[in-house]
Amino acid sequence: MNMPSENSSPGVIHPPCGGCCTRLDGFGVSIGGSTILKDINLHVHCGELTAIIGPNGAGKTTLLRAMIGEIPHRGELHFVHSDGSSFGKPRIGYVPQKLDIDKTAPVSVLDLFFSLSSRYPLWFGHIYGAKKNALKMLKMVEAEEYASMKISQLSCGQFQRVMLAMALSPIPDLLLLDEPIAGVDKAGIEVFYRIASRIRREYDLSIFLISHDIAEVAKFADRMILLNRTILCDGAPEKVMASPELKQIFGFDYSPPAKTPEKELRLIGRHDCPTCGNCSGKKAEDSKQMTEDWGGKF
Amino acid sequence: MDSIFNLSFEWIQYDFMRNALTAIILVSPLFALLGCMVINNQMTFFSEALGHAALTGIAIGAVAGLADPTWPMIIFATFLTGIITLLRKYSAASTDTIVGLVMAFSVALGIVILSKYGGINKYSKFLVGDILTITTGETIRLAITLGVVLLLWILYFNKLFLVSLNRSLAQSRGINVWLVEFIFSLTVALVVTVSIQWIGLLVINSMLILPAAAARNIARNISSYTLIAVGISLVSGISGLISSYYCGTATGATIVLISMGFFILSLIWRIRKGR
Repeated sequence: MNMPSENSSPGVIHPPCGGCCTRLDGFGVSIGGSTILKDINLHVHCGELTAIIGPNGAGKTTLLRAMIGEIPHRGELHFVHSDGSSFGKPRIGYVPQKLDIDKTAPVSVLDLFFSLSSRYPLWFGHIYGAKKNALKMLKMVEAEEYASMKISQLSCGQFQRVMLAMALSPIPDLLLLDEPIAGVDKAGIEVFYRIASRIRREYDLSIFLISHDIAEVAKFADRMILLNRTILCDGAPEKVMASPELKQIFGFDYSPPAKTPEKELRLIGRHDCPTCGNCSGKKAEDSKQMTEDWGGKF
Repeated sequence: MDSIFNLSFEWIQYDFMRNALTAIILVSPLFALLGCMVINNQMTFFSEALGHAALTGIAIGAVAGLADPTWPMIIFATFLTGIITLLRKYSAASTDTIVGLVMAFSVALGIVILSKYGGINKYSKFLVGDILTITTGETIRLAITLGVVLLLWILYFNKLFLVSLNRSLAQSRGINVWLVEFIFSLTVALVVTVSIQWIGLLVINSMLILPAAAARNIARNISSYTLIAVGISLVSGISGLISSYYCGTATGATIVLISMGFFILSLIWRIRKGR
């Protein structure tokens, strides 16, 4: 096993490859006789940031909740490794829409962190080694200075970054972000997207991100999905934003997103995929590093 | 000095006081640990309902002709916990409505049975509780209960905590939320049932909640929250027992009043700190 290089952050489950992909086949959700979602067929590769947009009640949150298994669904969620072998259930990191947490709870950021990543009982305190790892992860989302603060003292944006760090430890195969920036101020949004975008590249994971701020998310997304009960339009943000379906739902055109440096890196997401054959491209270069699984150290 | 010493430790020479003290030392941390999690889960009403459900267990035990109502109480509390869990999962009503409903049912059932088959008056000891009548065998039972809870708290605390914090988040980490909630509810049911005749139905919930509520005002993380709650619970438990001996008052209620004092102090501390 290779040791992680100095500037790589701790741990991924599988070496970055660009060939892993997540497939949703015939995904659908019905609750109490009414169909919320149907015929969702999706195929995303690791290293891709996929933005899910759609009107209120389109089933965006339901889709993510079905993917994590919180609500029953039809169809299958597959995670397939680059060599074609199936991982079975992917490891999913999830940042919920709005975490309804009792603000009077005496819970520090590290408590929150270890409740997810460690079995060592929180009321015994924290283990030094684990604390160091946690601080490393928090640093990755630029939140290490909040470690000992109570979660009630954090702003919305700060809290969401902590949630992101938690969803990333251990590094998942698939990261689901449900409107992570709702209620976050402008500066906070920029920081959050920048971090999410960087993490996607560093760890080569697939990110699904629900957003209402279409113009903003388009700057960072590789792919955009317009959802309303089913997938109406799927493709590059420019394509989806120019589509008649989007115009019909939102009632106006979005100007094509401005080119940013993020855009140039987009092609990294399109790699050889043994399971679909439609996509072509190169494998990610730095696939040899980052194989250490720090999740086992707790 | 000698006489003060004799006076303040006079009580220790009695067996019943020694047993009671042992029981308090076992029950206090047990209640504090559970209480912290009950508040995290916003389940104070649920534990209250369980206390009342014990009455029905006692009634059923009386009808069945059992001298010790512990088993009927445990079985009935388990049954109610199951019902509440199922209703929460499958009904549209909010949790407090469901708990209120189930509590009303169980109390009514208990009163009906007791009024039919044998005076309610006989069971007043369960309302007020009398820790001074506890026997060595019964303290061993409490010790075992504490042991079980400690084991649960060492092995599964983080899961319990995560579920109490946010269910979606817990679910996304592969935790069986319903199972964890059921096991926790069952633990509360067990502890409330096992200790109800020593503490008393009317005050048992306050004993569960108050130390944790006070600790919440002061603590900055889970570790300090738990330890402060255990500390407050132990101090008010022991001092409550001793003062109830000298004042001739009911022990459970005396302990609750002292914990209430701690709660008020913690509240003042919190306000002065401006949090």
